[in-house]
Amino acid sequence: MEFAELIKTPRADNVVLHRPFHPAVEGTLCLTGHHLIFSSRRRDNAEELWLLHSNIDSIEKRFVGSLGTIVIKCKDLRIIQLDIPGMEECLNIASSIEALSTLDSVTLMYPFFYRPMFEVLEDGWSSFLLEQEFEHLSSVTNEWRLSCVNKDFSVCPSYPPVVIVPKSVDDEALRKVALFRYGGRFPVLSYYHKKNGMAMLRSSQPLTGTNGRRCKEDEKLINATLRSGRRGFVIDTRPLNVAQQARAKGGGFEQEVHYPQWRRIHKYIERFHILQESFIKLVEACNDQSHNMDRWLSKLEASNWLTHIKELLTAACLAAQCIDREGASVLVHGSEGTDSTLQVTSLAQIILDPRCRTIRGFEALVVREWLQAGHPFQQRCAQSAYSNSKQKWEAPVFLLFLECVWQIHRQFPCSFEFNEHFLILLFEHAYASQFGTFLGNNESERAKLKLPQKTMSLWSWVNRPEELSRFQNPIYEANSLVIWPSVAPQSLQLWEGIFLRWNRPSRFLEEAEEERINIIKYNKELQAKVNVLRRQLAEMETDGEVQEEE
Amino acid sequence: VENVRLLNRLSSRRAVVGTLYLTATHVIFVENGSESRKETWVLHSQISSIEKQATTATGCPLLIRCKNFQVIHLVIPQERDCHDVYISLIRLARPVKYEELYCFSFNPKLDKEEREQGWKLVDLNEEYNRMGVPNNYWQISDVNRDYGVCDSYPTEVYVPKSATAHIIVGSSKFRSRRRFPALSYYCKGNNASICRSSQPLSGFSARCLEDEQMLQAIRKANPGSDFIYVVDTRPKLNAMANRAAGKGYENEDNYSNIKFQFIGIENIHVMRNSLQKMLEVCELKSPSMSDFLWGLENSGWLKHIKAIMDAGIFIAKAVAEEGVSVLVHCSDGWDRTAQVCSVASLLLDPYYRTMKGFMVLIEKDWVSFGHKFNHRYGNLDGDPKEISPVIDQFIECVWQLMEQFPCAFEFNERFLIHIQHHIYSCQFGNFLCNSQKERRELKIKERTYSLWAHLWKNRADYLNPLYRSDHSQTQGTLHPQIAPCNFLYKFWSGMYNRFEKGLHPRQSVTDYLMAVKEETQQLEEELEVLQERLANLQKSQSGNNKVKSKQQDRSKEFGLYTSNNSLANTPQEYSSDLKSFPSRSPSQGDEDSALILTQDNLKSSDPDLSANSDQESGVEDLSCRSPSGGGCVPSEDSGKDSDEAVFLAG
Repeated sequence: MEFAELIKTPRADNVVLHRPFHPAVEGTLCLTGHHLIFSSRRRDNAEELWLLHSNIDSIEKRFVGSLGTIVIKCKDLRIIQLDIPGMEECLNIASSIEALSTLDSVTLMYPFFYRPMFEVLEDGWSSFLLEQEFEHLSSVTNEWRLSCVNKDFSVCPSYPPVVIVPKSVDDEALRKVALFRYGGRFPVLSYYHKKNGMAMLRSSQPLTGTNGRRCKEDEKLINATLRSGRRGFVIDTRPLNVAQQARAKGGGFEQEVHYPQWRRIHKYIERFHILQESFIKLVEACNDQSHNMDRWLSKLEASNWLTHIKELLTAACLAAQCIDREGASVLVHGSEGTDSTLQVTSLAQIILDPRCRTIRGFEALVVREWLQAGHPFQQRCAQSAYSNSKQKWEAPVFLLFLECVWQIHRQFPCSFEFNEHFLILLFEHAYASQFGTFLGNNESERAKLKLPQKTMSLWSWVNRPEELSRFQNPIYEANSLVIWPSVAPQSLQLWEGIFLRWNRPSRFLEEAEEERINIIKYNKELQAKVNVLRRQLAEMETDGEVQEEE
Repeated sequence: VENVRLLNRLSSRRAVVGTLYLTATHVIFVENGSESRKETWVLHSQISSIEKQATTATGCPLLIRCKNFQVIHLVIPQERDCHDVYISLIRLARPVKYEELYCFSFNPKLDKEEREQGWKLVDLNEEYNRMGVPNNYWQISDVNRDYGVCDSYPTEVYVPKSATAHIIVGSSKFRSRRRFPALSYYCKGNNASICRSSQPLSGFSARCLEDEQMLQAIRKANPGSDFIYVVDTRPKLNAMANRAAGKGYENEDNYSNIKFQFIGIENIHVMRNSLQKMLEVCELKSPSMSDFLWGLENSGWLKHIKAIMDAGIFIAKAVAEEGVSVLVHCSDGWDRTAQVCSVASLLLDPYYRTMKGFMVLIEKDWVSFGHKFNHRYGNLDGDPKEISPVIDQFIECVWQLMEQFPCAFEFNERFLIHIQHHIYSCQFGNFLCNSQKERRELKIKERTYSLWAHLWKNRADYLNPLYRSDHSQTQGTLHPQIAPCNFLYKFWSGMYNRFEKGLHPRQSVTDYLMAVKEETQQLEEELEVLQERLANLQKSQSGNNKVKSKQQDRSKEFGLYTSNNSLANTPQEYSSDLKSFPSRSPSQGDEDSALILTQDNLKSSDPDLSANSDQESGVEDLSCRSPSGGGCVPSEDSGKDSDEAVFLAG
């Protein structure tokens, strides 16, 4: 496959670039296999725009005479406009962009071609191994073991090769349980709450079917996480009627007769195309140019986006509450166990575990609970809010998770080591990236694509000290407590950093951020100075005393 | 009354039992329980409404709504007690004489001199001088010295130099309540000004030569411009309806060189209802996101806020960018006009964005120009139709601007909230009565204290840590985004859900940064002291011939050197060694101690951080606010594994 075949006009001059809050710039447009590059002609401060084709969500073209205009809408929600003189050039460029931004094969994506310009200090592909996590776990409990039952992805294609399961359950039993759970996703450990030894498990729905099939091994597995005489909670992310209907298709839920020690709670979390539509409506509302205040609020309401945020946060808080307050173990699942399940388990960890609120810990959480847990990134993030494709597997599941983290962050601004930009970065890279981290739908696919060998990991780049400093929260103070966010509507806000990022003036907010950093920086500098002097003085004084004694 | 239960309206689980006291000035609820005995104090003047609900098995519920948006839900065991409390409160909450108000009994233990100093903190003459008047174009007029022309205006009014007393009096006769055009803000840089008045009594065809001359005089006072804007802040329909009553608006044909402009801000009745609707939304027990957003939209509140902002932005733009003077009026020129003039001034002049300047601004555009505080905020029992959250809206506009320009204001959100509180509290005399005339008659300054002095004394609490007088946002005119900008206007939960702490962010960036800045200041001082002590020590030790080697034993080479040559080591060399010392060592382990220092200092000086330990209590807030209802996880014995789990209750 030659990209050159797709590029009919590689270069156009006298193109004018329009962006909101920037003056229009004239320059040259170039198309390469993976980038749209615009560089201004002005010699004094040449402006350059590099846009990944994979970041382009949709493209519109229109003509006034021979002046063509292309409107490019990106997956990161930015909208730019290019005025291109010459109808033919414009048409060629538009069709090239269209073709290049919708390449079918993963191996043609930019991460396979990207060559880093930085020195790799630490290979991100091996930064977060489950083995390390298990080692950490082993230091506090010996009730769990690492199982390699899935080492060739045969038991569960969407699970990683190693998982953590109760020690008392052997691989043979796991194989049986896998047959009883949708997609082979048997219950595995998601989080261990050191404070009281309670565990959070996740899985997919049990395949009880209409005749109420049961699986003794499944019962034994999840019961192994309970303290004697105590009960656990199953948090089902579907409403009861949906769970009941699932039985007709072979799915189902844990019935109380077979799971007497478990109490089931249905906490509905919206899925798939409903989320995608909500996303599209919200972005539409944010781009609405009308001056009418009422229309804004009703559009915001009609998008239902904040309702989804509220429901999701509530479910996560509930899971956290069961573990921390009720001292109970929790099993979380929906249907497939790859979307709402992961949202709930990962958010509950943000609430419960201070480690997840550090940069490194949050990266580990994303790796463990999203990438390794088999959230199908490639399907879900194939398109963003401007696409017309409306494929049923597209959904902003990960974005919702990131926004919930942001909402908690807003309520506990001093408890997170990272800042908002870090969350935005993850959103961007999940949708389009030069790194291979978010390619593929699960570990099995990533292994087949040989991503660790052929592409660079996002973590290799982001964990370099010079990058990391941009994502640090200046006012972070480690907080070892559980943080309980409010889920009242008054406490939730639209995430402007994502949705209004390109249509609000950000200068003043950036200045405020700078000022915050400066205040902290100056304080630290002074502290260092004072400490030096203090010590110096102390030394001189003790010496003085020694002298006097002598 | 004993054994009263104070309900938390979010959750019946969190009710507390205590004793209710009624004093001459306050309602006080004291919780039973030995350790905390938390007290809730409510000023009678804060009470907006009292509602007695049907008696239930547990007692008689009494609902007290306050003007600062606090809602207190009490249950009193005996119906008779409840009735007595109800009757007393109704009487106490609606005083009929100014003398009954709290400010006449409030005594902050200041002597007479301090009180007088307090009242002098904000001086409007000084303010007009700061603006640059009087000058060649503007002069102070004594035409209203005995309130003879307009009883709701101050005695000292600035008018164009070419406006004679005859013109002023003539113009005043052609304006509602005789509120003739007077200077509100003067822009030194380009001579453009903002003037304010009430509507003209033009009816369908009346004109008044003096009024036309007055507007002409305003135009002439700005030689750089050949017209003025006349901004009528009412919706056009309202203004036209007024014509039938012999009032109305300026006819462009009769006035030379004016450009007339309507800006549709609704009247006080619409605003009152809007607030009422929004508060109902805030009071919903566990609203869904849709309930909340629908309710917010239906209240229209943010739309009204935006309308006021838009008017202010229009005027600021006319003055700053076009250099054109503006005359603003509404009907009487004391509500919308005050809002719009003060928003415009705030945008135009950085001074009003400082703490002192903001006090001056309220004093100038609201207090001195006869905003009817008593009527609007119901200090004395009066016509409920006169009540309207006019200044509340202005205060919210300021907050909305603070959200958009985080570094531009010297003060923080708390400052605004406390001002709002005291506009209703009647604890200070500033906002009593409806006009300067009434306040003078009551001898407010001799008998009460000034809020401004009180706020100024505690100014450290009200500082915005991000404000720096040399910051670019601090300078010049603020230019808020005009379109699209609807999303920039947000619900202000810090104000309208002020007393529900569970809804607010649990950690305050402002307080954190203030604590850091405070520590920074201490460090600066300590640094200075240390440097001085070090210098002294060096001097005294360098004068000492018996310098010992131990002083340098950290550095082995030097230690060796000096111990070998201790006698030969001259003072000069020693001190030069010392000087190089700091630059070598700061990274060596000072960082640990620095870290410890931060935490210690912050924990002690920052209540919001030490409140971290309370965070776990957040679980209760969560459970009661979540639509899952029920709150806590069901107890073990309650469950029969029914499919309808308790969490689904909502």
